[in-house]
Amino acid sequence: MGAIRIAASMQGVHCVLHAPQGDSYADLLFTMIARSAKRPPVTYTSFQARDMGADTAELVRKTLRETVERFQPRALLVGEACTGELLQDQPAALAQGMGFDCPVVPLELPAFTRKEHWGASETFHQLVRTLLRGQQPRRLDPVAEGRRPRANLLGATALGFRCRDDIAEVTKLLDSAGVDVNLSAPAGASPEDLLRIPEADFNVCLYPEIAQSTCVWLERMFKQPWVKTVPIGVGATRDFLIEVGEVAGIDTSAAIAAGRTRLPWFSRSVDSTYLTGKRVFIFGDASHVIAAARIATEELGFEVVGLGSYSREFGRELRAAAERYGVEALISDDYLEVESAVLDLAPELVLGTQMERHIAKRAGIPCAVISSPVHVQDFPARYAPQMGFEGANVIFDTWVHPLMMGLEEHLITMFREDEEFHDEAVASHLGSGKLSAASAEPSPKPAAAEPTASADSIGADVAPVWEPEAELELKKIPFFVRGKARRNTERFAAERGVARITVETLYDAKAYFGR
Amino acid sequence: MTGTSSTSDAAASQACLASGLGTSSSDPSAGNLRSGNLQVQHEQGQRQVFCGLAGIVWLHRKIQDAFFLVVGSRTCAHLLQSAAGVMIFAEPRFATAVLGDRDLAGLADCNEELDRVVTELLARRPDIGTLFLVASCPSEVIKLDLDNAAERLSREQQGRVRVLAYSGSGLDTTFTQGEDTCLSALVPVLPEAAAGTDALLVLGTLPDVVEDQFRRLFEALGIPSLHFLPPRRGSELPPVGPGTRLLAAQPFVGGTAAALIDRGATLIEAPYPFGIEGTRAWIAAAAEAFGISAARVEAVTAPAAKRAAVGLERYRAQLAGKRISFMPDSQLEIPLARFLQRECGMELVEVGVPYLDRRMMGAELNWLPSDLRLTEGQDLERQLDRLRVDRPDLTVCGLGLANPLEAEGLTTKWSIELVFSPVHGFDQAADLAELFVRPLNRRDRLAF
Repeated sequence: MGAIRIAASMQGVHCVLHAPQGDSYADLLFTMIARSAKRPPVTYTSFQARDMGADTAELVRKTLRETVERFQPRALLVGEACTGELLQDQPAALAQGMGFDCPVVPLELPAFTRKEHWGASETFHQLVRTLLRGQQPRRLDPVAEGRRPRANLLGATALGFRCRDDIAEVTKLLDSAGVDVNLSAPAGASPEDLLRIPEADFNVCLYPEIAQSTCVWLERMFKQPWVKTVPIGVGATRDFLIEVGEVAGIDTSAAIAAGRTRLPWFSRSVDSTYLTGKRVFIFGDASHVIAAARIATEELGFEVVGLGSYSREFGRELRAAAERYGVEALISDDYLEVESAVLDLAPELVLGTQMERHIAKRAGIPCAVISSPVHVQDFPARYAPQMGFEGANVIFDTWVHPLMMGLEEHLITMFREDEEFHDEAVASHLGSGKLSAASAEPSPKPAAAEPTASADSIGADVAPVWEPEAELELKKIPFFVRGKARRNTERFAAERGVARITVETLYDAKAYFGR
Repeated sequence: MTGTSSTSDAAASQACLASGLGTSSSDPSAGNLRSGNLQVQHEQGQRQVFCGLAGIVWLHRKIQDAFFLVVGSRTCAHLLQSAAGVMIFAEPRFATAVLGDRDLAGLADCNEELDRVVTELLARRPDIGTLFLVASCPSEVIKLDLDNAAERLSREQQGRVRVLAYSGSGLDTTFTQGEDTCLSALVPVLPEAAAGTDALLVLGTLPDVVEDQFRRLFEALGIPSLHFLPPRRGSELPPVGPGTRLLAAQPFVGGTAAALIDRGATLIEAPYPFGIEGTRAWIAAAAEAFGISAARVEAVTAPAAKRAAVGLERYRAQLAGKRISFMPDSQLEIPLARFLQRECGMELVEVGVPYLDRRMMGAELNWLPSDLRLTEGQDLERQLDRLRVDRPDLTVCGLGLANPLEAEGLTTKWSIELVFSPVHGFDQAADLAELFVRPLNRRDRLAF
């Protein structure tokens, strides 16, 4: 999958995979999720049970021959999907022996141990190494050559999160600092473009999951320094420009001062007071999670109650980030584990991937998507970058809109006993607040907190019993925090061996947990 | 977009087809076979189809107390997640036990690990009555014996949960064939029908709403006893025996039909219940097997058939004369093509099927035009070459191809919807036609 993402990102690159029929489902991720108008440039050998008795290596050779003839790629990636690996036909070695005109990049991607991002990273790295073989480092000096410094933007891929718009935004950002973009790769690049990588003064590692190993190698082989800050969020974008200044030897302070974003003011405006201390759970790829945690705490005033990632390769960075927010990093690709962490922590907002969006939806928690794996909604028609100053605007809107607005919260507290404004009423714009109508269209947000409460109370050995008075008192608490109050009280009671929850227990628990 | 193609196009298409034949006939397994009057062209090469694991998407919805545990790779998990991702809302009753390096190294460890995963799963999900262990490409290649594992685990569960195994591997199964292998695994555990009882067994997953319609029709006909396989719950397995008459509702259940025949059942030869004609013939074949008169069939089916004709008429006008091609996908291609040609007046350009099961398709093949270009198997790039020359008004294909073909100016109907939507029977005949009208209609509406 990772290899296909690299091939699909580029022009003139074709990938041949030794894979059984069925593996071609990967194509539809590109054509349906990213709405790609072209099939990804991949050819599968599509071997079946009957082929395995015969010569599957010959099938590989036939597929390679026909593919090269038909598509005439300028670089050929050759590898095997998981089952292909087990056949040990070594398609890459076969391809190298077939005397093709184009460079052949063998892919050794142990599908049973490594995952998609690693596969993409390794494929990109191998492709760059193969193509740059024999090139010497250049002696570059923009000042002496009378030109602006040049950077390569590395790491954007097909199916990456908002890569299309991030590239445009970062290009604009660099331009504002007086830096030209030499090329962007893999997304949009051809093999000939990759040959020009050494012509840049430095590299920008936009997506470390994909490009970090390549940046490290280019630094070693071509003496190209690289910018490590991922410019997601206002603070990170400023830091990014500072780092670009250091690496390029230019003054970027004017670009920083000129950076226009509404996020800081919107965050300070009084209607945002209600965002204070919102408990947020963050999960996704390492770079987006680390960036999101910083924005959440420093730029929106949230509290990070949990963060995690499926990017095992970046475990160290994730643990360091988690430590900054006083939480433990959850490094896992088991969505059930993530789900139980979400239910356990009962955050008020989940920032995650499409998987967490499902989890949050089931638990009735507001959610915004910040990272791949992606969904068709993550390829919006409008311009919606995550990076740079415009990206910060997009993030403010995307994260804040799922939450109930602060003023709404106050109004609900004020009017909570009113006929048309209680938890069983329909939204007033839908007409009568009578319950009969409510059953047809339950208002989604207020119902939110309840399921988590019931899900959570399963965990306790013996659920404490609520006294009727306590139950009545609980009803007086605004419905959107009632589930949390119920859960906290039950936990409080269970921890202290209190079998019957009274009004006193309810307030003891409230005092104990605070807001 | 027009419904006609110039003669030069048609000639080019013939030439292209001929060159396709030339290349693939060097392959010893390729060649022409005649089926009745019909020429069948065999192709081999790259395929753009799902593997049988995709069947889990509808099977787990149908059999409400069954859980499907795929023993496979991350790729298998990824397929299920993307193919069925939307269903994750419903507490999913499918999962993947991902094989790791260690599993590949030692089968003993692998079995141990599988036992652990299954025990944990069943402890967490007491609502599960039937657990299917689903073999994948990697589990097949390392020769992990899931049948054995299923027996072992069934014993351990002491009758609380029935554990069965089948293959959804792309090495053995193409897309809907995964349902065939799943249902085949159920055949040995079906109870024996009491001697002397005649019953109709309808074979192949139907949406509940369609199943209920058919149930009403068969009951009105006076069919003595009626069962469906798969059942809605794994605990409600239909009995089978010499009195069982088998009626396939889906064309992809050939293996299951064969296994049921081995248990004494008799297969009723019939076309499939798509469109008015197909549905009427399907019901009539069943009625005949039970000695029910044609007049009775006519009396029972007439109101629904009449209603269907009214509904279908509107769409027939929009489809008549339009040219259509099918890429091989779900095995529904032949009966759908037959419906579109005979009842909607469409012109068939090419009908591709993943494989041709003559026993299951006999009645359908008789209804196809004798000069039809029918291809079995797939060589994707060559098939696309032909398609670009043919430029039909509508192409039925999988989701991996639909958008790229649209971008080339070809109007497409994605085939998976035909598998998931209620399209069988009289009352869905118009809905089925509408699925083909919609993309054409959309093309007409959009200004850009």
